[in-house]
Amino acid sequence: MTTRPAPDSRGPGRAYWRSGADGVLRLPRCTACGRLFWYPRTHCPHCGSDAIDWVATGGRGRIYTFTVVRQSPEPFFAARVPYVVAMVELAEGPRVMANVVDCDVESVRIGMPVSVLFEDLGEDIYVPLFRPAVGGAG
Amino acid sequence: MTRTEVAIVGAAEAEVNWTTQLSAVDVMAVATHRALADAGLRVTDVDGVFAISPYFWMPSLTLAEYLGVQPRVSDSTNMGGASVVAHVGHAMRAIQAGACEVAVIAYASTQRSDTGRLVTGSDTLPYERPYGPLFPISSYALVAQRHMYEHGTTRGQLAQVAVTARKWASLNPSALKPEPITVNDVLASPLVSDPLRRLDCCLVSNGGGAVVVTTADRARRLPKTPVHVLGTGESHSHRHIAAMRDFTTTAAVACGAAAWEMAGRGPCDMDVVQIYDAFTINTIIGLEDLGFCPKGDGGRLIEAGTGPGSKLPVNTSGGGLAYCHPGMFGIFLLVETVRQLRGECGARQVPAARHGVAHAFGGVFSGHATVVLGSDA
Repeated sequence: MTTRPAPDSRGPGRAYWRSGADGVLRLPRCTACGRLFWYPRTHCPHCGSDAIDWVATGGRGRIYTFTVVRQSPEPFFAARVPYVVAMVELAEGPRVMANVVDCDVESVRIGMPVSVLFEDLGEDIYVPLFRPAVGGAG
Repeated sequence: MTRTEVAIVGAAEAEVNWTTQLSAVDVMAVATHRALADAGLRVTDVDGVFAISPYFWMPSLTLAEYLGVQPRVSDSTNMGGASVVAHVGHAMRAIQAGACEVAVIAYASTQRSDTGRLVTGSDTLPYERPYGPLFPISSYALVAQRHMYEHGTTRGQLAQVAVTARKWASLNPSALKPEPITVNDVLASPLVSDPLRRLDCCLVSNGGGAVVVTTADRARRLPKTPVHVLGTGESHSHRHIAAMRDFTTTAAVACGAAAWEMAGRGPCDMDVVQIYDAFTINTIIGLEDLGFCPKGDGGRLIEAGTGPGSKLPVNTSGGGLAYCHPGMFGIFLLVETVRQLRGECGARQVPAARHGVAHAFGGVFSGHATVVLGSDA
């Protein structure tokens, strides 16, 4: 397989995976308790409410932790080693998983400011990725 | 009302090797029959069946059918590698409730012979899938990286966990990797998912094991020293690593605290410690979260010594890093603790060991189960 594995984009995940259509990363927010969360769910994992809306983020954050993957059994990823899998802590609070791209994998550090970009997989799916940010975490 | 006391009265492993002609259910059954023989019991005494294996959709049903048992209590709870340790607590409560009297708990996998790699039915989170983390090592790597950042844990300290495991394994005739290694060997092994290297990873072997749990009253009439279940705990904080809230502190804190409270004993009372070491970071975090040292000091505790002859003997079988690792190591934590507390461990025996703790991680630091055991109740 030479294309990135597509996520299951049914249900509450649909808004997440298509958010990048206009270049903006959106997160679910519980209108009952006011908290943003990731990953998307039908009900808020903090208070249990199903009153969820979606809010635009600035698409910026810092690397909370990361790993450089050096091998993979999957052809798409094996063709791309070494690559970075990171948890990015967004300025708005929640942490999201993504690859960090457009940089030397050896230069990646915890705390590094990053900003979002999207890979268009077709089928109305835009996979959020991050790259080193110019001008800080915002 | 006084709570019924329960004890582990039989323990055994089977087919801990690189090649086997048996299937996974064969291995579970062999281990179970050996554990029953060790206990001085017969399969016709069994009325509780607890089992887990990646090979079976309904493991306790598969095992019971093969054994020829129609149990009164059946439990296939899957918390990954923590499952069988959690089953000890489940069996204890079933026995205390009078629901069964003789429970067997078993596990097996023949992954090494079948595929040469981890056999698992583990599902993936759609929010991780497009990014290619390796299962399960990248999840542990994300935790290790953050632990190094927050607490100054060093690559050398991680390596020392693997070096110490080999030292214990050299004293265990059943261990699959008894050859000594150095810190430099670990640091020279290939990176797989930074900061973890090949020698930070558990083995990929075949194997199974089983233990037998019954009432302390019945245990007293059996030939071997009963190993009493003093405390149990279980918990989970997440399933997939992307949903872990604090990447350096696990649900072992709550799980361990529950077991210590029930046992009325704490870390300083333990003569032997078994912590599921799927990767080197696990032992460090397990020691911290179970309260053997303050948060962040696990690496220094490892450097101070947890090997043969030390004051804190950890993973005395050689663990998943050096003894064996057929996919889930939980059952071997129990078998080793029982044998240490009975004084059956030969060259690796911890002198006068009376109390021990077994803590298993399941999934990706997700599932947790703790059992505190004692040979003098």
